Amino acid sequence: MSSIGTGYDLSVTTFSPDGRVFQIEYAAKAVDNSGTVIGIRCKDGIVMGVEKLIASKMMLPGSNRRIHSVNRHSGMAVAGLAADGRQIVARAKSEATNYQSVYGEPIPVKELAERVASYVHLCTLYWWLRPFGCGIILGGYDRDGPQLYMVEPSGISYRYFGAAIGKGKQAAKTEIEKLKLSEMTCREGVIEVAKIIYKVHDEAKDKAFELEMSWVCDESKQQHQKVPDDLLEEAKAAARTALEEMDAD
Amino acid sequence: MHVRKIIREIRKVGRYLGNYGKFYREGKTPIVLLTKEENLRNKSVRSGKDLGFWGRQEQRQIRTKMDLNMDLNAPHSMGTTIIGVTYNGGVVLGADSRTSTGMYVANRASDKITQLTDNVYVCRSGSAADSQLVSDYVRYFLHQHTIQLGQPATVKVAANLIRLISYNNKNMLETGLIVGGWDKYEGGKIYGIPLGGTLIEQPFAIGGSGSSYLYGFFDQAWKEGMTKDEAEQLVVKAVSLAIARDGASGGVVRTVVINSEGVTRNFYPGDTLQLWHEELEPQNSLLDILNSPSPEPMNI
Repeated sequence: MSSIGTGYDLSVTTFSPDGRVFQIEYAAKAVDNSGTVIGIRCKDGIVMGVEKLIASKMMLPGSNRRIHSVNRHSGMAVAGLAADGRQIVARAKSEATNYQSVYGEPIPVKELAERVASYVHLCTLYWWLRPFGCGIILGGYDRDGPQLYMVEPSGISYRYFGAAIGKGKQAAKTEIEKLKLSEMTCREGVIEVAKIIYKVHDEAKDKAFELEMSWVCDESKQQHQKVPDDLLEEAKAAARTALEEMDAD
Repeated sequence: MHVRKIIREIRKVGRYLGNYGKFYREGKTPIVLLTKEENLRNKSVRSGKDLGFWGRQEQRQIRTKMDLNMDLNAPHSMGTTIIGVTYNGGVVLGADSRTSTGMYVANRASDKITQLTDNVYVCRSGSAADSQLVSDYVRYFLHQHTIQLGQPATVKVAANLIRLISYNNKNMLETGLIVGGWDKYEGGKIYGIPLGGTLIEQPFAIGGSGSSYLYGFFDQAWKEGMTKDEAEQLVVKAVSLAIARDGASGGVVRTVVINSEGVTRNFYPGDTLQLWHEELEPQNSLLDILNSPSPEPMNI
């Protein structure tokens, strides 16, 4: 899987003979080391969930948020180096407010994703900057409906109906593909996302984790917010029972 | 000597830029930039002695102003009537066609409704130069915005860009604009952006010097949900009423109808408009002579 660069991996401004930029691929590996982040697009909105691995029992639950609101109607979930993620979120927030003050309307999600992607890409062009070591899942609801985008450390951005990054992304992707997203409402989507995250969490390697979820949907009046506590508890309970059923088999 | 040269240079540039631009365009030099000699000269301008070259030129301009009632350096202004009206399915924009330089009609068939994008147009009033510059800048920004967005810009965005330029340069500009258009999210919309740079969304908007005579008329005649023909007739009637009473409005009536199907431009020449109270039938008018098949000799 990983081939040692032998000299072509020392700078982000160097191509290898077979046309790869190794530094960017290493940045992607930093993303793969972090907790899983999932986003799905249901028929009436977006649901995002993060498997937040807890480093120490002394941390207050609910701190170190991994999902941030960029705008009233869009939010971002970050996987990878948290400090890099904070920088990207700050930039996205400033792009959104700048667009609003110049054009007089909230930034369309497509435009926001393009701007975030070009910012991430910018940092892969100069030898005196290192690439961002984080992947972003950006979800928003604008006048063209709910949209989900994923931005990788290389600066690529695509629109998805289901996306996953982090440790358990392969397993999560298979699970998402099984879902019928175009018929699901966001309420059901929240339960499904919780189930998937509990499923891909590796009990052996990482001990404790906290589930963080957010949504933008018709029920939340097209605003990006934390999933309400009662729904979150319901989702967690459903996920735990689903796990036990699986183990029982 | 050196100081006088510098002042002359400042004046040359100042004619176009800066907070003193308005003074220069009206033919006056702001007091702070006059040399001591010129200040004295201004006092003796009527006597006309020892004036020197610049003094004599000023004398000539003053005489022209007084004898012929023509200040040829007065700013081109569009004493105007402009109107924008929403109807069920789109908007109708209307304007007269007179551009005046003081009392002289510089253009009697001007087009005051300019295009910003395929689906958004703007009616211009006030200083002709200022309104042209503002709409040129906004057309440029909207073009870039459309490319980035990948779809036509909305009327709201166009209006906001005009507002930002009007507001941030309010000291130097003198222009009132009405932005109207159609987009797929909001349908037909009209935004008025008067002198200070306010942005206000309205079901109908009127502007220009001729609009003073139309406030009462619209209060009575405008209603929600008109059809396209009703709206266009309302606009033509209103512009023609304003032309009848406002000396700074005249010429022809131009309208632009914008809806989901596209843009239609119409043109109503002065002689097709209805005559209002106390207006006379044109007699021995150039319009008749030009329109008749064989021109008859004029009887005086």
